[in-house]
Amino acid sequence: MDNLAGQKTSLSIVTNLAVIFLVVIWMIPTVGLLVSSFRERAQISETGWWESLFPVEAAVRVRPSAAGAGMDGAYGVLTGNLFEGGTGSVSAFGLIGREPGAAKVGETYAWYEVTVTEDGALDDERIEIAYPAGEEPQFPDTTADGLPITPGSGVLQRSLTVAENGDFTYIDEGEISRDPSIYVVTTQPPDFGLQNYQQILTSDGMDRAFINTLTVTVPATVIPILIAAFAAYALAWMEFPGKGWLVAAVVGLLVVPLQLALVPMLTLHNKIGIGQSFLGIWMAHTGFGLPLAVYLLRNYMIGLPRDIIESAKVDGATDFQVFTKIVLPLSFPALASFAIFQFLWTWNDLLVAKVFLPAGSDSWVMTVKIADDLLGSRGGDWGILAAAAFVSIAVPLLVFFFMQKYLVRGLLAGSVK
Amino acid sequence: MSPMLQGILTIIIGVGGCLAYFYGSNLILDRVIFPPRTNDQGRNIRRATMVRPWLFLLPAILALGLYLVYPVIGSFIRSLYDRSGDSFVGLGNYIDMIGEPGFRTAVFNNFLWILFVPAASTFFGLLVAQLTDRLRWGSIAKSLIFMPMAISFVGASLIWKFVYAGDPDIGIINAIGAYFGAEPVDPLQIPFWNNFFIMIIMVWMQTGFAMVILSAALRGIPEETIEAAIIDGANPFQLFFKIKVPQIAGTIGVVWTTITFLTLKVFDIVYTMTGGNFETDILPSYMMDYMFRDDGRATAVAFVIMLIVTPVMIYNIRQARREL
Repeated sequence: MDNLAGQKTSLSIVTNLAVIFLVVIWMIPTVGLLVSSFRERAQISETGWWESLFPVEAAVRVRPSAAGAGMDGAYGVLTGNLFEGGTGSVSAFGLIGREPGAAKVGETYAWYEVTVTEDGALDDERIEIAYPAGEEPQFPDTTADGLPITPGSGVLQRSLTVAENGDFTYIDEGEISRDPSIYVVTTQPPDFGLQNYQQILTSDGMDRAFINTLTVTVPATVIPILIAAFAAYALAWMEFPGKGWLVAAVVGLLVVPLQLALVPMLTLHNKIGIGQSFLGIWMAHTGFGLPLAVYLLRNYMIGLPRDIIESAKVDGATDFQVFTKIVLPLSFPALASFAIFQFLWTWNDLLVAKVFLPAGSDSWVMTVKIADDLLGSRGGDWGILAAAAFVSIAVPLLVFFFMQKYLVRGLLAGSVK
Repeated sequence: MSPMLQGILTIIIGVGGCLAYFYGSNLILDRVIFPPRTNDQGRNIRRATMVRPWLFLLPAILALGLYLVYPVIGSFIRSLYDRSGDSFVGLGNYIDMIGEPGFRTAVFNNFLWILFVPAASTFFGLLVAQLTDRLRWGSIAKSLIFMPMAISFVGASLIWKFVYAGDPDIGIINAIGAYFGAEPVDPLQIPFWNNFFIMIIMVWMQTGFAMVILSAALRGIPEETIEAAIIDGANPFQLFFKIKVPQIAGTIGVVWTTITFLTLKVFDIVYTMTGGNFETDILPSYMMDYMFRDDGRATAVAFVIMLIVTPVMIYNIRQARREL
């Protein structure tokens, strides 16, 4: 028995680990985009979202204004702060874009003209050196190419000293009239916020798309439920010839690909004057949602206790009364299940919206907005894309987590017989 | 009028209209056409009972007929005409299409999709269902794996585009690759295999569905069979493969076919991920290339999808007839 029990624990550890592993794999994509939607956009392209809790090191070019420059002998001097009121900390800096971190903070980075000996002849060459700020510059014996430098021949061309807080001193030959280019490697604290959401909801038109989606979804969810409920009652509790064939037809229509309907129905809509419009998409979604609605509701209603319905009829209730007073309230779980399905389906739909709604940006729903507009115009701007994605999936996720019970029940009723 | 207001008005008119129709038509039937208070009371009640189901069914039959039955015929007829719709070309659209490499790629990829997606989703669904069956935090785990189902195909594609991003500082796949010293790649541009990278999105979304259904099926297995197997000394693997799986084979079949249907209709994922480029087109996205440009070709593609679905449709109808 001991042995058996031991096996069981090791198996249960393996099971737990396996499930944790699968859940993590399943969550990573969503979590990644969710985290990124809150990050400052420049930081997204600097470090991966998995490092988003650590400070970000980024090389940036700063061009402080030359306006405050003074003179010190033959040299122009400019001092100031690179962050100009902002915050951040400098870890390294430089004067050329190829080497933005040529010198570490606390050092002075300088260009000197020195005399070198090349093939026995003397020549002038520029060397770049970094040395502790405030000390005398230390010249190397040779240049980077290995040419010997004549000691004491250095003439300062340009130098830069930057402190961690961004204070800098820039020295150049002659008067400083143009803004200098300074490269700094800064370390910025993680920057989370709602800027991306703010931007897409105010200036990028996602607010309009959200309202359009809502406008499409609500009537397209409510109307089919009503129509389907009556039909389902007739198919479940009324007797008439051809009933069996109608039920079979509904089952058959469940799998008709809606692609078939696109061209003929759009042509018809155009012919009768509905054209591409909200009215058209409500009607289309109603038609496409009906087979599942009728099927789910009929399956549920037929399982209601026969006695209740028959005794009501014996007491003189009409079918209409039986339906509205007894069957409809009892069918609430099935109605809720279908409502969630239809809501998720219409909210998330791209195809029907592309075909049955006008092509103008005024009537874009969120899926169309993301797929046809943002992905093209904001291709690499992940902060914006991520925020847009989460604006569009927030409502379905809320519905999912709060109404999961009905969703699961509906799935089970829809596919398991 | 703003669409919002129009929407509210539609709900009121739509819902009100439906209620008015159902209530009014029943009232007229009972009071005006077949009033039970004449000499033929019995006959009138019988007649009203005969008519009433059709009053209940009328809106649904109209909507279904218009939006699902008519299009099957309408699409087929349209597919026999050319781009403008004026001249009859017989099967010309179909013949042109079959001769085109793009269409053949789409058909080939579509078969990859209906082989791989249902198989992988059902496999992972069954795996999670079994693993979480007796787990204390099983329902949380299931909820999290089920979650992608609520996300739109467009949203899911965006989520995965981010995973696949070519920059190792953005896409986690390339970041892991870079960690092991690999050059950054764009998974969506690797011929043939890019199809699988796109299909993973669908598997990611459908596994939850498979898991929910199969989990319920596993719960429904009679305890005695499991107990008997344990007493006979079956190990956990034998218990799973020889006792449990055979008993839920029917449900596995249902899950498999349901996902197959869904897969045949999904256009959004390919459209968002690659727009059908890099030889990733499948029939629904191939069809949308022609939508608004050549209705003859578009309807022909739609009808091909219909033909693929038809055998299972007939099987489903047979099953439904048998159960009645």
